[in-house]
Amino acid sequence: MSDNRIEKRIALKAPISRVWRALTNHDEFGQWFGCQLEGPFVVGTTVRGKITAPGYEHLPWAVDVKQMEPERLFAFTWHPGAVDPAVDYSTETPTLVEFRLESTPDGTLLRVTESGFENIPANRRLEAFRMDEEGWIEQLANIARHVD
Amino acid sequence: MSTSALAHGFFVQAPLFAALGNPTRLSLVDRLCRESWPSISKLAQGTGLTRQAVTKHLQILERAGLVRRVRQGRETLFELDAAPIETMTQYLGLVSGQWDKKLSNLKNFVEQQRAEN
Repeated sequence: MSDNRIEKRIALKAPISRVWRALTNHDEFGQWFGCQLEGPFVVGTTVRGKITAPGYEHLPWAVDVKQMEPERLFAFTWHPGAVDPAVDYSTETPTLVEFRLESTPDGTLLRVTESGFENIPANRRLEAFRMDEEGWIEQLANIARHVD
Repeated sequence: MSTSALAHGFFVQAPLFAALGNPTRLSLVDRLCRESWPSISKLAQGTGLTRQAVTKHLQILERAGLVRRVRQGRETLFELDAAPIETMTQYLGLVSGQWDKKLSNLKNFVEQQRAEN
């Protein structure tokens, strides 16, 4: 987090083919991510959809698919926290999200990085923070329900 | 305040991350953390940088709201304003927390389905 990028690692007890499908099949992606996508992920295209979290259904969701190397790398760019319909985010430089998969004896090691935050205007960072103070309480509740 | 009001209430500020995304400016920020009210000459000392170069980098930091200056006699002294850095840290912490939740969903999703198969 120190150098303006986010890096996550998570060990998944599922085969790499299973994880790849959950990431790149647009229906499956929507199920764990909480969005409904209009079409499949295809490199070089924009995939649109909407957020399905209660209270956020009006919010659009879109990514530009950059790379898909089967069972290795899935990358897209997006505008994090782009949730205000009144704001044109397309003029802002997006962040890059990369999912890297690796087989392990127990399943799959997934590494996620999101980079490019240096291009997010300071006002947007503030805005996203204030909004999320309200929004994520509901998200937490959703997750708790899903996990139970 | 609504999101929209927030979004329109602020004009786009100089990108903070870009201001910090430079080794020389990061080292200046580090110096400003440790020294109280250094001058340009003092900041240039031992860096191999000219006063002009230091001035240029300080101006970029100043535009990003990271540095404040005061005149003292004939000298200009500088001080760090940490508030924007804290905002940035908070923002990244927030996005990071979102990923934690999404990945926890994903873990549940792929591991649960496997158990069912």
